[in-house]
Amino acid sequence: MLLITCPYCGPRPEIEFAARGEAHVARAAPDGDGEAVAASLWLRTNPKGLIAERWRHVAGCGRFFNAVRHTVTDRFVTTYRVDEPRPDLAALAAAVGARGEGAR
Amino acid sequence: MHFSFLSLLRAAFSAHRDWPEQWRSPGPKPSYDVIIVGGGGHGLAAAYYLAAEFGIRDVAVVEKGWIGGGNTGRNTTIVRSNYLLEESEALYDHALKLWENLSQVLNYNVMFSPRGVMMLAHTTHDVQSFKRHYHANRLAGIDTEWLTPEEARDWCPGLNIARDIRYPIVGATLQKRGGVARHDAVAWGYARAASALGVDIIQNCEVTGIRRGLDGAVTGLDTTRGHIGAKKVGVSVAGHTSVIMDMAGVRLPIESFPLQALVSEPLKPIISCVVMSNTIHAYISQSDKGDLVIGAGTDQYVSYSQTGGMQITAHTLDAICELFPVLRRVRMMRNWGGIVDTTADRSPILGTTPVPGLFVNCGWGTGGFKATPGAGHLLAATIARGEPHPIAAPFSLDRFARGRLIDEAAAAAVAH
Ligand SMILES: Cc1cc2nc3c(=O)[nH]c(=O)nc-3n(C[C@H](O)[C@H](O)[C@H](O)COP(=O)(O)OP(=O)(O)OC[C@H]3O[C@@H](n4cnc5c(N)ncnc54)[C@H](O)[C@@H]3O)c2cc1C
Ligand SMILES: [Zn+2]
Repeated sequence: MLLITCPYCGPRPEIEFAARGEAHVARAAPDGDGEAVAASLWLRTNPKGLIAERWRHVAGCGRFFNAVRHTVTDRFVTTYRVDEPRPDLAALAAAVGARGEGAR
Repeated sequence: MHFSFLSLLRAAFSAHRDWPEQWRSPGPKPSYDVIIVGGGGHGLAAAYYLAAEFGIRDVAVVEKGWIGGGNTGRNTTIVRSNYLLEESEALYDHALKLWENLSQVLNYNVMFSPRGVMMLAHTTHDVQSFKRHYHANRLAGIDTEWLTPEEARDWCPGLNIARDIRYPIVGATLQKRGGVARHDAVAWGYARAASALGVDIIQNCEVTGIRRGLDGAVTGLDTTRGHIGAKKVGVSVAGHTSVIMDMAGVRLPIESFPLQALVSEPLKPIISCVVMSNTIHAYISQSDKGDLVIGAGTDQYVSYSQTGGMQITAHTLDAICELFPVLRRVRMMRNWGGIVDTTADRSPILGTTPVPGLFVNCGWGTGGFKATPGAGHLLAATIARGEPHPIAAPFSLDRFARGRLIDEAAAAAVAH
């Protein structure tokens, strides 16, 4: 089970959280074509490495937040509020190493 | 070399020490007509059918580890075809028909054992949805039966049909043609038969890049054993599909999740069929070796870790203990995870891609072992003809943009 640090409540066990998929997926513009709508609905990065993703602390404060996690080691690199911009994943990857093990 | 009673007898005289290598292990040639990426059951089957049925023998299968070491070697081997929608029924029954003669066709015992797959209903909603499947299957000519709780218990002695448990059993469907097969033997049998027809099986060879010409078409692959040219490439790498397709700039509607299974200590025969419960996330059968093979659910987050959370398996074992109280004192021996490639509609993607010469077979998620012969056959047909086989056509990548989803998700959004 993962240990997840909610930016509002601190570290809590994974069973208190619901994973909500890739973060920062921009919804297609209202005048966007079908391809653009389909892309925002269905296409996902699904990276092997660092992922920016949404979580919700359902059995705690109930709030959404974003996290960067390494998908090979499952280590969390950072969590941040939904109104904060996506961290520079390439720079973070360089800082934490190939397996995310430099992460705190 | 042909397996027969005579060859077994002959080998018995040398205490079975002199069996030859079952497939060749050549180094990669500079180029091939077709390269299949991924030496799981699907990829090996595709290579076999390319050579056996479509006359394309200049074929290689490149596998980053050992063949069958991915989900093929990690799954709970349930085989069935009682899906809800017509497209899926055609797809999975195509595979089931191939399973029925596979050992004879490959001259290799894949231990396909159609011992019946029973799926338990626990709630009114389950009953409604299972009855809908039952009627749809009968319309499509797929064998299925509806069982009362008592009939379910008679079919699988030991099943707890008490009314006072948390999720009482209120009915069940049974597909008698369904069952299990020996996962490793499927990979080995296809590898052996393909190799005999000239297919090169190249293990310890990881694909690191996809090369394309000026017209955008595939020209070859970069691998840890050098560059290999190819006129056509079929990608069949399950959980790693997004990673490989990204090398050709193709984004997919796929997310990869851990899925776990576990086995018990070996026991005398006790569970005679396959029992599945989607509602409480538990699957159980008994291997010929005697171990109980138990499947759990997926973790909730994208991961390539090949391991999952302990709370997922604990939850499954709670369910197993309630369904089969007699198993409460049984010890579990091993637990592992595989990475499954899931689509939003829980149906696979099989066909052409926007890149000329590049074909993909993926999205089988938690339930593609049962499809191994069919998926391999349809991928081979699609690569050979350059256009989707009619059974595969509805499962095209562009169905998402067209809104033509094949939504089996509502039916079984869990491992199966
Ligand atoms: C725990 C568990 C239980 C399951 N239970 C069932 C079940 O009961 N019934 C059922 O029908 N299905 C089940 N499944 C699903 C089933 O296992 C898969 O859908 C199926 O085996 C996929 O086969 P495959 O050949 O496509 O993939 P795999 O066997 O995973 O083969 C893909 C291969 O690609 C290789 N590869 C990856 N990247 C590269 C690269 N860069 N270069 C070269 N090679 C690469 C991998 O090493 C791997 O060997 C289960 C899965 C799991 C994990
Ligand atoms: Zn919180």
